[in-house]
Amino acid sequence: MKQIAGRPEALSPVTTHYCPGCSHGVVHRLIAEVLDELGLREKTIGVASVGCSVLAYNYFEVDFVQAPHGRAPAVATGVKRARPDLVVFTYQGDGDMAAIGTSEIIHSAVRGEKFTAIMYNNTIYGMTGGQMSPTTLMGAVTATTPYGRGPEAGMPYRMAETLASMPGAAYVARTHVADVGNIVKTKRAIKKAFEAQVAGLGFTMVEVLGNCPTNWGLTASESNAYVTDQMLAVFPLGEFKDVTKEVAANVVRA
Amino acid sequence: MTADMELTMVKGNEALGEAAIRAGCRFFFGYPITPQSELPAYMSRRMREVEGTYLQAESEVAAINMVLGASSTGVRAMTSSSSPGFSLKQEGISYMVGSEVPCVVVNVMRGGPGLGNIQPSQSDYFQMVKGGGHGDYHMITLAPSTVQELVDVTYLAFDLADKYRNPAAVLGDGLLGQTMEPVRFPAMKELPGVQDWALTGAKDRKKRLINSLELSADGLEAHNNALQAKFNAMKVEVRWEEYLCGGADLVVTAYGTSARIARAAVEAARAQGLKVGLFRPITVWPFPTEALAKLVNGSVRAVLDVEMSAGQMVEDVQLAVLGRAPVHFFGRTGGSVPTPREVLGQIQKVLGGEAK
Repeated sequence: MKQIAGRPEALSPVTTHYCPGCSHGVVHRLIAEVLDELGLREKTIGVASVGCSVLAYNYFEVDFVQAPHGRAPAVATGVKRARPDLVVFTYQGDGDMAAIGTSEIIHSAVRGEKFTAIMYNNTIYGMTGGQMSPTTLMGAVTATTPYGRGPEAGMPYRMAETLASMPGAAYVARTHVADVGNIVKTKRAIKKAFEAQVAGLGFTMVEVLGNCPTNWGLTASESNAYVTDQMLAVFPLGEFKDVTKEVAANVVRA
Repeated sequence: MTADMELTMVKGNEALGEAAIRAGCRFFFGYPITPQSELPAYMSRRMREVEGTYLQAESEVAAINMVLGASSTGVRAMTSSSSPGFSLKQEGISYMVGSEVPCVVVNVMRGGPGLGNIQPSQSDYFQMVKGGGHGDYHMITLAPSTVQELVDVTYLAFDLADKYRNPAAVLGDGLLGQTMEPVRFPAMKELPGVQDWALTGAKDRKKRLINSLELSADGLEAHNNALQAKFNAMKVEVRWEEYLCGGADLVVTAYGTSARIARAAVEAARAQGLKVGLFRPITVWPFPTEALAKLVNGSVRAVLDVEMSAGQMVEDVQLAVLGRAPVHFFGRTGGSVPTPREVLGQIQKVLGGEAK
């Protein structure tokens, strides 16, 4: 019997701590649905990062290890090297991955570590109270850019494109979850990433653009509009690396 | 496989690597830094032979976190470094203590602070035994003074780490790491089974979590109380050596390389008829406080602590002696190694001063 509604088995039956309107829960659900659909729940180890999503370990029915700030890709490397038969994923925010953990994520991609990194990019440090992150848009007012982000604070950089240029990357995409159509596309990308991991193709990563209504000081719908109207101009959607296509093409040629 | 019958001539750093492999270590995450670089080099060659994993990390920070990941699945994993690199591992060590994940960490000390130099030193004692990283914690720290002892304590360290689900440390220095000596290696251990706390995928059981976060004050205090009870239980692992201490007027305290030098000085002093002994902690945490207190409680008129530092272990010596005898200190820093003649001179000076 095919389940068409209800809670995925991989998603814990608990209430999350996330703020009303926050999209973390949407992304959690998509990952859980993918783990269920691929039959991976019982052979997955998640790696929690530091930030709002540190408590992700409470929300998935899979084994979890919690990493120091930014180090989730190094921890995931250790887990996957020790248990290559299992499926491993990190769940990190933009502060965790694009600031303090830049070294760990880039070198995981360089080595082609066979885990999946999910980045929730909402251009701000949420847990600590709304400070500027490396992906904060120019001019944005945050707790640490009270006059708006100026060039003296750097400019937002694109993590997905950066990682896609690394030799060990197998699948790297950017999606968003600010409307229903793109939630569906995000799930497709996450599924592709996990499938590529299971196939042992290399490092996989999906950067999901999400909101932060609380720290942006917007309503849920206003914050979703910020994603589509402001963030997409700086962070274009797309699949920046996809060796599954090359693999499929080789199979056809052979 | 049984222990080797033959002696093998081997360099300290490489002996340490072989001992780890024989103890069942199959995951090594390293990063080059002098004077421990022979260890990752040895592991990169040897791990392939035993179907283990060697990985050169992008930094010491990444290496210790790879250990955290690998150890979370219940395997025996290790990383090594030297002083500046070991500082970088402290974050990960604190997390592993907090999460109760075992591993073995190695610090082959060199001169500091800062980049310092690559000469042997003992100036990381505080870092190793007083916590090092953030939070209230300790780890069993074994400080061998010969290459054979380096082999023996490395072999032991994996068992202690697993027994207490806590990182265990091997503390050497550049001299020990670079010294070649004949050693006899212990038997190759059977690989341990998977522990009931390890992450293996939540198949036919509830999910498991390895975690050091506890947001409630009550919850974190309870966790700290449990950890402290564990650290107290670890104190039975204390190890030390007393050499020529019977009827001694003066006891020299020293560990690792400086203990080896002090031993020669003590022998020279005894040859001159001076009543001098050596008290050598093998575990610097737990420190053999009671044993030293018992020793310095009668005929002993003075204690001379010798270190390759500006005076770190001497604080633990003072705490053990508690004023029952004056505690003198002689240290060399910056990579300078004291000679037996220098230490003998200090022994003569102290005994001469006490006689007046």
